[in-house]
Amino acid sequence: MSSTLSRRGFIAAAGAATLARPSIARAQGAARLVVVGGGFGGASAARFARLAYPWLDVTLIEPQARFVTCPYGNLVLAGMRGIDDITHSYDGLRARGVRIIHDWVDGIDPVARSLRLRTGATLGYDRMILSPGIALRWGAIEGYDEAAAEAMPHAWVPGDGAQTRLLRRQLEAMEDGGVVGIAIPGNPFRCPPGPYERISMIAHYLKQHKPRSKVLALDAKDSFSKQTLFQDGWKQLYGDMIEWVPLSKDGRVVRVDVAARTLETEFGTRHKVAVANIIPPQSAARIAIDAGLADASGWVPVNPRSFEARAAPGIHVVGDANIGAPMPKSAFVANNTAKQAVASAAALLRGAAVPEGVYFNTCYSHVGAEYGISVVGIFRPTDTGIVEVANSGGVSPRGDLAEQRRFEALYADAWYRSITEDSLG
Amino acid sequence: MRREAALGLTLLLAPAAAMAQAPLAAQGCLGCHGTDAAGVTPVPGLAGRPATELVAAMTAFRANEKPATIMGRIARGYTDAEIAAMAAHFAALPAGGAR
Repeated sequence: MSSTLSRRGFIAAAGAATLARPSIARAQGAARLVVVGGGFGGASAARFARLAYPWLDVTLIEPQARFVTCPYGNLVLAGMRGIDDITHSYDGLRARGVRIIHDWVDGIDPVARSLRLRTGATLGYDRMILSPGIALRWGAIEGYDEAAAEAMPHAWVPGDGAQTRLLRRQLEAMEDGGVVGIAIPGNPFRCPPGPYERISMIAHYLKQHKPRSKVLALDAKDSFSKQTLFQDGWKQLYGDMIEWVPLSKDGRVVRVDVAARTLETEFGTRHKVAVANIIPPQSAARIAIDAGLADASGWVPVNPRSFEARAAPGIHVVGDANIGAPMPKSAFVANNTAKQAVASAAALLRGAAVPEGVYFNTCYSHVGAEYGISVVGIFRPTDTGIVEVANSGGVSPRGDLAEQRRFEALYADAWYRSITEDSLG
Repeated sequence: MRREAALGLTLLLAPAAAMAQAPLAAQGCLGCHGTDAAGVTPVPGLAGRPATELVAAMTAFRANEKPATIMGRIARGYTDAEIAAMAAHFAALPAGGAR
């Protein structure tokens, strides 16, 4: 069943829940900004649009009723946070006048400027902010598909939180002396320091509760974000508990056997593990690829100022799905560049020039309970792409700096509270 | 239709809220200093502090003359004009936050 409805008709059809208060009072003919995806990129875009450009009619489409964040998911694995601590409501956005539709987008027509919802309705837009996140490339590691993920969780796309909870339960159920195997992909992927924070947080849990256990990290690359800082911290806090195997030492996992609970690397080594966490290779989410927005890499090329997809002006693609290098695929970058994208969309709707951009990122990682490290980046768009500002940013200093580490762990907590409020509050 | 009248008032007030939006270059600050720049312990607030103080702090961070956990790395990414615009914006906000 598919039908094209007027905006008012659509609202009626979508039911009483979406007859939210402020939508009633909106001016007829207001420019329609449709935001697809309610993660950090999409939520930040919807919120910023209502705050900064109240003349915009803002709709957010997101299948999940609540947002479980990737950031701080590793602290749930450590037992330092509960899943409720990283689960957020969309009520804050509703109260700001964002119309929220909990549904999947099944197709986008960039020429007609409309999208099709799974429930069958079609929705038009004047500008779209598309923040769809990532897809896991099932089968890129042989034997690793959606069914395998029920036994060997990825916990990399939280959804309703089930994957994070599953991995936590498996860690809790594991006997002391077991090996936790973690498969880590090559670049680019969501949250470059994330796998290494995860190694740290799992080791933190094991050290307290299962001290004879090991973490075996099998990596498809030879270097990683904040590497020396992580490795210093691992040695200091966890001794020999963590083994990291780089690509050049046969670290790339190419096959998994769920029944045998083995991870097999490129040159045929089979590692038997008690708990397996497979972080597979990734691409932009399916909806972006199906709409023809991605290139052969599987990610979406965008204009570095407006974040419009190269293949479809009118659709601004933010968050992990776009090609934003040298910016990392992080929550902070999604939040920050979503605002630039909304400001650009608003300018273009009014026939004005796209504003000049400066983009900001900080990624904190927890290495231990009172041990935080960070990487900072400030970036600017140029005509050929995005560049990092010279002589700025960078990682925390190395050395025996207990106070620095303690403060960065506290700053990380302040970041989490700030960024979730600035996206959803 | 009392609700619609109230909503109309909200919409009338909206442009004022829009004017209080931080310049795009200052949006990055909000990710740690709080969405209303009022601070989130132990990260200090920026709202309501004199512009001269904020400019002096950022300039000192940038010159590596003020001890920093992270702000030195950040301040070195911004121009004088951006720092002045951030400082002017935050100085004009209420210290306790908007809410």
